[in-house]
Amino acid sequence: MNLAAAANETLAHNSNLLVYSAMAVYTLAFVAHMAEWVFGSRSRVGRTAAALTTEAKAPTTVSVQVAQKGGTAVLERPKVITKAVAGARDVPDGPGAHGGTEKGDLYGRIAISLTVLAWALHVGGVITRALSVQRAPWGNMYEFSTTFGAVAVTLYLALLLFKKNVRWIGLPLVTTVLLDLGLAVSVLYTASDQLVPALHSYWLWIHVSCAILSGAVLYMGAVATLLFLFRDRHEAKLADPQGKQPGAFATSVLERLPSAASLDKFAYRVNATVFPLWTFTIIAGAIWAEAAWGRYWGWDPKEVWSFITWVAYACYLHARATAGWKGRKAAWLGLIAFACYLFNYYGVNIFVTGLHSYAGV
Amino acid sequence: MSTKTDTTGEPDAAADPASDLGAAGSQLSTAPQEDIGLPSLGPLGWARWFWRQLTSMRVALLLLFLLSIGAIPGSLIPQTSIDPVKVDQFKAQHTTLGEVYDKLGMFHVYSSVWFSAIYLLLFISLIGCIVPRSWQFVGQLRGRPPAAPRRLTRLPAYTTWRTEADPEEVLEAAGRMLKKRRFRAHRSGTAVAAEKGYLREVGNLVFHVALIVMLVAFAVGSLWKSEGGKLITEGDGFSNSLTQYDDFKSGPFFDTDTMAPFGFTMNSFDATYERTGPQKGTPRTFRANISYFTGADGTEHKRALEVNTPLDVEGYKVYLLSHGYAPVVTVKDGRGQVVYHGAVPFLPQDPKNFTSSGVVKVPGAETKDGKRNQLGFQALFVPTFGGKNSGSMFSQFPAPDFPVLSVNAWHGDLGMDSGLPQNVYQLDTKRLKQYKDAGGDIFKKMLLPKDRATQMMSHSGATLSPQEIEAESTMRLPNGEGSITFDGIKTWASFKITHQPGNGLALTGAVAALVGLAASLFIQRRRVWVRAEKGADGVTVVEMAGLGRSESARLPEELAGLAVALVPDAPIAPDAGPQPDTEATDGPAARTDQDPTEPTDSADPADPSEGARA
Ligand code: HEM
Repeated sequence: MNLAAAANETLAHNSNLLVYSAMAVYTLAFVAHMAEWVFGSRSRVGRTAAALTTEAKAPTTVSVQVAQKGGTAVLERPKVITKAVAGARDVPDGPGAHGGTEKGDLYGRIAISLTVLAWALHVGGVITRALSVQRAPWGNMYEFSTTFGAVAVTLYLALLLFKKNVRWIGLPLVTTVLLDLGLAVSVLYTASDQLVPALHSYWLWIHVSCAILSGAVLYMGAVATLLFLFRDRHEAKLADPQGKQPGAFATSVLERLPSAASLDKFAYRVNATVFPLWTFTIIAGAIWAEAAWGRYWGWDPKEVWSFITWVAYACYLHARATAGWKGRKAAWLGLIAFACYLFNYYGVNIFVTGLHSYAGV
Repeated sequence: MSTKTDTTGEPDAAADPASDLGAAGSQLSTAPQEDIGLPSLGPLGWARWFWRQLTSMRVALLLLFLLSIGAIPGSLIPQTSIDPVKVDQFKAQHTTLGEVYDKLGMFHVYSSVWFSAIYLLLFISLIGCIVPRSWQFVGQLRGRPPAAPRRLTRLPAYTTWRTEADPEEVLEAAGRMLKKRRFRAHRSGTAVAAEKGYLREVGNLVFHVALIVMLVAFAVGSLWKSEGGKLITEGDGFSNSLTQYDDFKSGPFFDTDTMAPFGFTMNSFDATYERTGPQKGTPRTFRANISYFTGADGTEHKRALEVNTPLDVEGYKVYLLSHGYAPVVTVKDGRGQVVYHGAVPFLPQDPKNFTSSGVVKVPGAETKDGKRNQLGFQALFVPTFGGKNSGSMFSQFPAPDFPVLSVNAWHGDLGMDSGLPQNVYQLDTKRLKQYKDAGGDIFKKMLLPKDRATQMMSHSGATLSPQEIEAESTMRLPNGEGSITFDGIKTWASFKITHQPGNGLALTGAVAALVGLAASLFIQRRRVWVRAEKGADGVTVVEMAGLGRSESARLPEELAGLAVALVPDAPIAPDAGPQPDTEATDGPAARTDQDPTEPTDSADPADPSEGARA
């Protein structure tokens, strides 16, 4: 028994080491991302302005791709002409942080490699922590935060792996994860925690893991929404050459992001995809509360804020469906909704006491 | 609602290209029409206007927003339903603010008038929205997908090729191909019109109806519920009638005369804790072993209750909430009479290691010469004595490894005759005097339990004589006014007994909402048209176009797939020369020329043509 205890303590210690190492490597990734942005700024900019101000004169040719194979005409995937939605700006996506420069791209790739390494350390830290406490690592805010960061980075890397264009999220993500881990190891650190038997329920594990996953996805949506607001303003300025024009720095940064339409679409997709999962998270929580406390809904602060977050996201989805609320207004609602999620996590756990507070800060 | 072709209320951007597509773009969803116009005169006009406003998406949005804002104060201000003590404290600390809050219903936000008004309006709006949408949807199901617009090139996704096949054959084949892919397709003129993804609308309607179901279930639950608490010491029992509860509250429609007959006895309570390692002291199991019976005849069943496994009996649920220690004591008065014997539940002060406090009230005690002398004892209990911290002892482990009871005593008038209810965990010391020792210090003693004193002292190697045991476990009051003996320890557990109808309904609603929501968000409703006409040179021109809701990048891909599927029946003419220049007059309409299936197919490698469309 004592041997096991010692082993647990070693594991806990190793977990901390891994998390600290991950933070060090994330810092390097952060520096590499900064280099990517700095060297990428040497690229030509102004494509957006060009796209917005020059009329596309050439009549679009409609073609069918035909591959001649052994004399017979074989239709490969036919070329499908897509047309931008009327009323939306038709702007190409920016080239990414590297700005199309080789050097920038190199630093970008270094940053991603470092992120992969940091992620491996980070996940290792989470797993050893779980082994040391012999349960899922979601028992207190320290564990919740470290797991949350790991899940967010996992998602990002998975999207990259599937060749989705998400490199633009690299710098904000690494920065946030550093902040998240910094808070976790300094303010929220808990050596090893007591779990009361009320927490011994598989519904709880389902509930918490879904909450973490939802949060990580919603985070991505929120970053895209925030960038959308900047980029949209930028495009609006460019579209109106008489008005005030954006500064050189803003141009350099914003030109390299995806177009406002793409960011908006990405944010919507992400939020809409995860909304059912968040709904399920709340239902799972209610089922667990029913089993543990004899009521599935009791307006406990944590429950209230989950509800508020849920309604705020429902607002966002509704806003997107209502003609006058698309775009910026919906984006603001999306940000408010994410702020509710954050408050539910940090605010309610720290400032408000309720039944959930026994999960330990 | 009529299936008119007005598309101003179309809630998706597809509506915009649709506006010049006529019927083809209409009603890709069943959102209500936005009606911003002013009402026509007359009360009926106003009423209709008001109803339209209430059931519009904008007002739904506003109400939803209000609902989330309205829920906030209840999480920050103490609520009577959750913690009435805190509410009283708050009112005492902030007298004026407390009064204002009281008027605004801030101490019971979720049952306040204004909060109820918000959600009731929202649900009226919801019903007013669902009913016409359902009719509209039925209309769409009865009707057929709208005919092809004149210019397919204007649609968001478009492809064309030339074929030797006969237009009739191509259309025939297209109809077959689309139906095989579960499109609803029909021929109209020289084109086939097809539509798919109706389940999206079904899902959306199911979701919104499920919200109503959940609200009803919640209302039923709170109107007919009952909820009470009971603390039981090992060996004691409970039977389900109002007087047996320690505390009880119920919904307005709950009838206390018809409480289901059942009861149970707690035979024993097991608690185990981690003994070593960094998790030392962590609870591993809490288990109440009970025998329960239902009905009047009452055959007994044995069961173990744990924290997450309630007992489900006669529509009631019994939950194990918490537990603690109940020292068993015997009190004798000045005449040597046993005036009290029993287990006294103590409340844990430290939830981790169970340092607990409690009181023993003995109203029936007398002095040697028969004078009334009520006795009160204040005591601290530790399951595992860990030493003393600024004068009072503390526990270092939650299991009863080395239990100690530290007692001091009072005498005089307990104040129990006033008829006012008293807190059983506190002494009202107003008319009591504390026993002091000769030096004027508080008279107190640490006692060991009589039934285990020998074991506990055995490490010292000595076996205790009965006199020594008596001395270790008993405190004698000054002047021979009596004694208290610590006999042993029992465990108590507290239970919550609830009755809440509508849980099943709520769960059904929740599951339906989830399924509907997933269908609504993940299924695409889209239309496809295939046109085949003989061109000027006698070769058939096939055109295909698709229209979906704006958010999808999958549509062009799907269209490409459909085109590939159609090609065997409409083989591409080998001399696919320059295309009929259908776009010439459209100028800049089709600007992005991208092939969604080949994201890297771009002249500029730095241009991520897939954009953030991940
Ligand atoms: C009780 C509060 C409500 C909640 C939580 C809620 C939630 C939602 C959610 C999450 C969606 C997104 C699903 C999707 O985009 O397909 C949605 C869509 C929709 N809701 Fe609600 N809703 C509520 C009330 C209402 C009301 C009162 C109306 C009518 C005035 C309404 C009309 C609609 C419509 C028309 C859509 C579909 C929009 C579209 O086709 O994209 N909802 N609702």
